[in-house]
Amino acid sequence: MTALATAPDAARQGGPRRAGSSGKGIRRGEAAAGWLFTLPVLVILGVFLLVPVLMALWVSFSDWTGRGSPLSPSVGFVGLDNYAEITTGGGLAERDFGTALRNNAWYVLLVVPLQTALSLFLALLVNRAVLRGRGFFRTAFYFPSVTSSVAITVLWLFLFSASGAVNEVLSWVGINGPNWFNEPSGVLHNILGAFGVTSGPAALTGNSFLGLSWWDWLAGPSVAMSAFMLMAVFTTSGTFMLLFLAGLQNIGGDVEEAAMMDGANAWQRFWRVTLPQLKPALFTVLTLGLIGCWQVFDQIYTGTQGGPGKTTVTPAYLSYESAFLSQEWGRGAAIAFVLFVIIVFFTILQRWVLRDRPVSRRRARQYEVHSTPRRKEAAR
Amino acid sequence: MSGTTPAQTTVLVEQKERPRPARAPKRRVHLPRKVLAWQLVLYAVLILLALVYITPFLVQVATGFKTNADATADPLSLIPNPFTVAAYERLFGSSDFPVWFMNSAIVTIFVTAGRVFFASLAGYALARLTFRGRGLIFAALIAVMAVPTVVLLIPKFLVINQLGIYDSYAGMILPLLVDAAGVFIMKNFFDSIPPSVEEQARIDGAGTFRVFWSVVLPMARPALITIVILSFQGSWNELSHFIVSTQSPALTTLTKGVASLASGQLSQGNEYPIKLAAAAIMTIPVAVMFFIFQRRIMNSSEGAVKE
Repeated sequence: MTALATAPDAARQGGPRRAGSSGKGIRRGEAAAGWLFTLPVLVILGVFLLVPVLMALWVSFSDWTGRGSPLSPSVGFVGLDNYAEITTGGGLAERDFGTALRNNAWYVLLVVPLQTALSLFLALLVNRAVLRGRGFFRTAFYFPSVTSSVAITVLWLFLFSASGAVNEVLSWVGINGPNWFNEPSGVLHNILGAFGVTSGPAALTGNSFLGLSWWDWLAGPSVAMSAFMLMAVFTTSGTFMLLFLAGLQNIGGDVEEAAMMDGANAWQRFWRVTLPQLKPALFTVLTLGLIGCWQVFDQIYTGTQGGPGKTTVTPAYLSYESAFLSQEWGRGAAIAFVLFVIIVFFTILQRWVLRDRPVSRRRARQYEVHSTPRRKEAAR
Repeated sequence: MSGTTPAQTTVLVEQKERPRPARAPKRRVHLPRKVLAWQLVLYAVLILLALVYITPFLVQVATGFKTNADATADPLSLIPNPFTVAAYERLFGSSDFPVWFMNSAIVTIFVTAGRVFFASLAGYALARLTFRGRGLIFAALIAVMAVPTVVLLIPKFLVINQLGIYDSYAGMILPLLVDAAGVFIMKNFFDSIPPSVEEQARIDGAGTFRVFWSVVLPMARPALITIVILSFQGSWNELSHFIVSTQSPALTTLTKGVASLASGQLSQGNEYPIKLAAAAIMTIPVAVMFFIFQRRIMNSSEGAVKE
């Protein structure tokens, strides 16, 4: 990358000199200026990003209790103890970490596809050239994205309260809504319960992972968490709609028209023509969605603080709680780094899944048939 | 079956309507009935969705003017009965709300100004100045962008504490002053400006900073506005950083204050008018910003980068 970036500049640098300006050339002092210009950014990011990460890495391997400096000699190195405590400790720390992972995994599993599908749907609806009031609809869908998560959470607590607006709407169709943010039961368990299944088979209840039985892992998001999930979809779909819209606008109309001439119906055109061209936008949306969903914090801090029954604890909140409220700094830092690894893992996984595969021979031949005559025409 | 019918009609719609805006906009009346029905379904879906997105905010504003009893009894109604401004009086008269608002404003102004200045400086250097290490800086910035913010909660506190700026404006503002994404937006923009513009000024003898400040920066208005919007929104809505960098009530920002309002009284239920009034007020500045720069935000894909 360096070579690519500097090559043309070097050429440019030579230009004015040859033109014969006095002694030093008019680009003198450029290196100094370059460093000077980037210095503030480098210093601030270094001091508040790089150094902190290294310090926290140290804390995650130490028994620092929050008193004095974590770098003072009285703080001991405990190796992987903090990590062991949350993954194999067998105590409350492990169980809490398992619960947090369970809660967040369900959150990711349901929110990411939902928000992606909804934002794509909104973008397709709003992208139509013939639509009247496009601006209005775009604004309406995007507005929740600009408001703060705190304000939205406060509003959500009201809308989803026991006698709130959501339950009132549900009562119109005869549904007796739950007391959303005070309901710890898992949605999947509730559905199974409706069919009379209230406890899992021994194979599921007998074995456990991270202090939670498999049956508990399969509880699904709690009712309280579901309200947070709806909120996430509500607030992010607008932003992602804009990303998809940008993608849609970059697609030339000619490919679509060609497909139309070949007799593809709208459904086929969407799956075979539009969606493959939206892959960069799709990748961005899925990545941002994944990263965002694994970092749920503001909402939990403002809203339920992990309750009811720890069913809205997320690793991000647990990390904060362990460090700042329980003064278990090493554990908090360890959770943060595990979370970091999870996020990096999923981002890489996704990049791998959505990578550009080599085009199969059959496909390639199809393209050749179309492109060869055109090239000839251009040559003429 | 039913899936294919509307699909085919959309084909019709698009084929028929494409050339029309140029010639006769009033022929919509003659659309085939099927097409018309499909259009109606489309608008019905859109209007329904728009209602779902807008209603919560209308309820929010309305509830701010309700009494506690009315808010609980009639949560969905948009007309307060009776109408009262008690919630706002309490917020501004007998709470720390004005202090929170002022703190948010101070932080937002400094952070936005800093981000705009530093991002354009660094963006310009990365796009235009040749110096050894530029590639390295660029790579480092990309790496930095990948670090998730939530992972930084504890680390940030540690460093702020070590530097002795915990619980001060410095601790609130300094770490937010720079944002790698902003540097990239500016770099992309400067890459798109033809170099000949600056060369003229250079030949006239302007120094690097002079060229940057009086020639290139004024041309970067679209990109600058984008960064202003993003930083304003970002710092006004920031919560986690203020949680870990401050503790005293005098330094509480709106986000932190309103969050404490919400969680502190969750157990008692109720008191919704005052909470929602607070949430509504904290939404106003970003909403105003949003409606002023709406066109630019909505076309952000085209606006900032091209032109």
